[in-house]
Amino acid sequence: MTKKDKTGIIGYGVYIPRFRIKVEEIARIWGQPGEAVKKGLGVLEKSIPDMDEDTITISVEASRNAIKMANTNPDDIEAVYVGSESHPYAVKPTATIVAEANRITPVTTAADLEFACKAGTAGIQMCLGMVKSNQIKVGLAIGADCSQGRPSDALEYTASAGACALLIGNENVIATIDHTESYTTDTPDFWRREGATYPSHGGRFTGEPAYFRHVISAAKSIMKHTNTSPDDFDYVVFHEPNSKFPLATAKMLGFPKEKVEPSLTVKYIGNTYSASSMIGLAAVLDIIKPDDRILMVSYGSGSGSDAFIFTITDEIEKHRGLVPTVQNYLDHKQYLDYAFYTKHRGKIKIH
Amino acid sequence: MSVPRTWRNRRALYSLEGSKCQKCGKYYFPGRTRCLDCNTSGLENHNFSGTGKVATYSWVYTPPKGFNNRIPYCLAIVELDEGPKLTTQLVAVEEGDVEIGMPVEFSFRKISSEGDEGVITYGFKFRPKNYPNHLKKK
Ligand SMILES: [Zn+2]
Repeated sequence: MTKKDKTGIIGYGVYIPRFRIKVEEIARIWGQPGEAVKKGLGVLEKSIPDMDEDTITISVEASRNAIKMANTNPDDIEAVYVGSESHPYAVKPTATIVAEANRITPVTTAADLEFACKAGTAGIQMCLGMVKSNQIKVGLAIGADCSQGRPSDALEYTASAGACALLIGNENVIATIDHTESYTTDTPDFWRREGATYPSHGGRFTGEPAYFRHVISAAKSIMKHTNTSPDDFDYVVFHEPNSKFPLATAKMLGFPKEKVEPSLTVKYIGNTYSASSMIGLAAVLDIIKPDDRILMVSYGSGSGSDAFIFTITDEIEKHRGLVPTVQNYLDHKQYLDYAFYTKHRGKIKIH
Repeated sequence: MSVPRTWRNRRALYSLEGSKCQKCGKYYFPGRTRCLDCNTSGLENHNFSGTGKVATYSWVYTPPKGFNNRIPYCLAIVELDEGPKLTTQLVAVEEGDVEIGMPVEFSFRKISSEGDEGVITYGFKFRPKNYPNHLKKK
């Protein structure tokens, strides 16, 4: 295999804010049965950003970890894509601040991407294409969100905050990207209009024709085109709006639950939107062995799924222990009650 | 801070860019062009490692306008490993967590935002070193 065929992940980093609120605490406020909600979603608690954290700050933190892990010279990074549905500015890119903070500027391309929860994985595909065609040496693809759920809405139980950054290159690759493809249709399951604070969704419409159709179609298609089956993968990672959806998807595709469970960080941090499948991937990369293979399928409302097949290389062992793991971030937490949670999320206006 | 002033200082704010005297080895943050010790001019830019220790600190209960939602917060003077001291907010700490000599590291946060329509200023604050594993026993 030539060097060019070995394009893939050369470093990854995550960041998860330290505050949590329990699903039962949110249920208590709205008179819902906490235990039942928790069980139904398969989510115990969700992450909440500090008052001085947003999508930009957590993107910077995750990318600093990724750069440290890869030991990459920031000058070699020539593309920065930040996928999010909670960019702090409506006009003014997140990516320029992330690039400047990591000393990647000025010789780089940078852009913000939007595609609900799959904007981060779209960035991976863009970096992959540019590295493979020798346009750039290294690309930085970030999925990050500080998502908001309308108070009392079903999304409020899970909408959370987190970031994952992947460096894509072709030297010292820790996980090769063997194949990627996508499945996209126009499906209005979830949206937010310009100027609206909270997103709206199509209720039960979000499951069958939206998440399951796209994730399963993308997974089946990539396995067909690469002549692989669930037996060929050691781990599978899906977008995690809750635990129920990825577990059901794994079952429908014929993956045993042991292959999907290591990625299910949603139980402890909720749905980190654009970061969700990428943090799931990072959690698997933290524990995986060389030669293992991963199938990952993201999902973004609107709707689309990006599927990827990764193979782990021996190189990964050299990069362990340099930056905090997903588990490290899960372990360090502080609980907030609903009152402090509303303050943190800016739901109380002080003027 | 005004938009142009923040913009000029962005590398200091975003990645602790200061300067170092090539002749006598003294470090400066914020950066300067001439060394105060040996008068050498044209000092080179230096990126500070981002680690240091708490020289002194105070918990703020009566903050300036615009910081009322953060009460109480910890304001500290941090001595960087390379020598210079800077004033900064400590984050990811609660009252009782902070002590003089405590090792700290760079953290990227929002510094201020001018209401709902103004520019958002980002930059360094400091947090316990080895975050989020700082409480784990070695
Ligand atoms: Zn000097």
